[in-house]
Amino acid sequence: MREITLSQAVNEAIAEEMRRDETVFLMGEDVAEAGTPFKVLSGLVEEFGTGRVIDTPIAEPGFVGLAVGAAMTGGRPVVDLMFGDFLYLVMDQLCNQAAKQHYMSGGKLTVPMVLRTNLGATRRSAAQHSQSLQALVAHIPGLKVAMPSSAYEAKGLMKTAIRDNNPVVIFEDKLMYQDKAPIPEEDYLIPFGEAHIKREGSDITLIGTSSMVQVAEAAADMLSAEGISAEVIDPRTLVPLDEAALVESVKRTSRAIVIDEGHQSYGVTSEIASRLNEKAFYHLDAPVLRMGAMDVPVPFSPALEDITVPTPEGVAENARKLCSGELIHAA
Amino acid sequence: MAKAKTNTEDYLRMYRQMVRIRTFEDNANQLYLSAKMPGLTHMYSGEEGVAVGICEALTDSDRITSTHRGHGHCVAKGANFKQMFCELLGKEEGYCRGKGGSMHIADQSHGNLGANAIVGGSMGIATGSALRAKLQGADDVTVCFFGDGATAQGLLYEVMNMAALWNLPVIYACENNGYSEYTKTEEIAAGSITARAEAFGIEAHTVDGQDVLAVNELTQDLVARARRGEGPFFLELETYRYHGHHVGDINREYYRSKDEEKDWKENRDPIVRFRGWLVEQGIATEDEIEAMNAEIETDATEAVAYAEAARYPDVSEVDMHVHSD
Repeated sequence: MREITLSQAVNEAIAEEMRRDETVFLMGEDVAEAGTPFKVLSGLVEEFGTGRVIDTPIAEPGFVGLAVGAAMTGGRPVVDLMFGDFLYLVMDQLCNQAAKQHYMSGGKLTVPMVLRTNLGATRRSAAQHSQSLQALVAHIPGLKVAMPSSAYEAKGLMKTAIRDNNPVVIFEDKLMYQDKAPIPEEDYLIPFGEAHIKREGSDITLIGTSSMVQVAEAAADMLSAEGISAEVIDPRTLVPLDEAALVESVKRTSRAIVIDEGHQSYGVTSEIASRLNEKAFYHLDAPVLRMGAMDVPVPFSPALEDITVPTPEGVAENARKLCSGELIHAA
Repeated sequence: MAKAKTNTEDYLRMYRQMVRIRTFEDNANQLYLSAKMPGLTHMYSGEEGVAVGICEALTDSDRITSTHRGHGHCVAKGANFKQMFCELLGKEEGYCRGKGGSMHIADQSHGNLGANAIVGGSMGIATGSALRAKLQGADDVTVCFFGDGATAQGLLYEVMNMAALWNLPVIYACENNGYSEYTKTEEIAAGSITARAEAFGIEAHTVDGQDVLAVNELTQDLVARARRGEGPFFLELETYRYHGHHVGDINREYYRSKDEEKDWKENRDPIVRFRGWLVEQGIATEDEIEAMNAEIETDATEAVAYAEAARYPDVSEVDMHVHSD
């Protein structure tokens, strides 16, 4: 099978959906000729023209607001939010407007829009261009949240998002744009709410999101060499969440670590760990551990930044402790 | 008064719609005062000439976005009393199945994209609706209603910039009722309101919002031009809010005088003025007008009784409509 990058996969997904459905259009800052700073959208304006690949002013609340209105009246906008950190700028449009229209109207209005943005630290971009804010939007009823962990997921989830009749936020990891994966030539979708077991194991479950799936897999490799069998699961979407698959895995392995690059406190890892405690408590041999980013603004200095995010070594170390019983009575 | 229409039926419908709004609000206020309505509501009374003058220049395929003070827009865009009162009381048969209430009320089937409880919150939605019309080659126009207070929100300037850059078919209708909640507009708005739009090259007009025909005549012209791709436009409608910011805002002399309220009600009321014109022009007799008023009052009384007796939504609806299928 051919291999393409995550960047190409996203580009292909959007292009295919724009060919399939003429109501789909792209808008955002420098999405047309520039193809975004990460060049993910390069070439689309050449095929679809500036009528459907629309460069906007630097006005995030404004153009996200326009996307909401276009979606409510028959358009299917894919909005590019250049950095996930800019989510704070669009919170009213996303959380008060897009997320609530369907409910507030008693089901009469719909907002079929996709907001694609990114997450991830360790690019030396400091505190306002490095955040992973998925928990912020996953908290809001009415939004869906997808977290592709490879090019394969990026394409399939993007196509599903564009066809979904709800506002969907997709987070891509900035460091993964050049990562390649085998991608079928033919059309495929990845349904929302279906976790994927990346690797089967019997001693511990490592639940990772986005690039933390790679971290979990690298940790599983280390553990395997030591005789510890780790299962790696990727939820793929946070909303809806395939809770059953996660619980089922943990019931089998009786131990779990949840890994996500958002801040650890009040975050994705906390939510998933709580659900495992509620649904798999009597199957657990050890506390469910959370591994998120440190609760600090992301620092610029490489010496500091690299220690703020989960690493394969850190995950493996915690897994060893859980499996040896060392953390059974952890405070 | 200006002469906008030559069709007698149009005049009578405009009068009827204005009286329907006033009557709806009087009944809503009574529901609040008699503690039969959950929550609060914001009365449109006094501003009827604005909603009716504008909405009578629109078709069902034209869209509007509304505000927390949105009952008037809702009636003017074609809603009926029964479903509106049901919504106000949180009943299943309300336009939003009781999930929206007064601040989100809308008859979506007539192109109302919703009342919005965030001041200025619908400016993006209205402009996006107009962007969709342009992208899809549709000829509908979107009117964005908002108050003078909302001109302080930054979103307005972001979306007017894009609307002007892309010649979108949107009309920004600023209902300047003189007060931003409990504060005089002159204390929160520097400079002129229309100059804000003109800075983007948007053609802006100030019109007497208490003159329904003047509002209608101007809007008809701007809607026709917006359909031809000459938009966007900006309207400042000078009007007045008879009640407080909301129904509970009773003692308000600390921010505006009773004399001022009395002056607007006695000398500039849009319904009284239009009624006088209709009689003077021989379009309707006093008797005919009184009969129309009585019929509307009966409609409202019946609709209130219907809504009071109507069912609440089943509790199973609480997590319905979070997501669409």
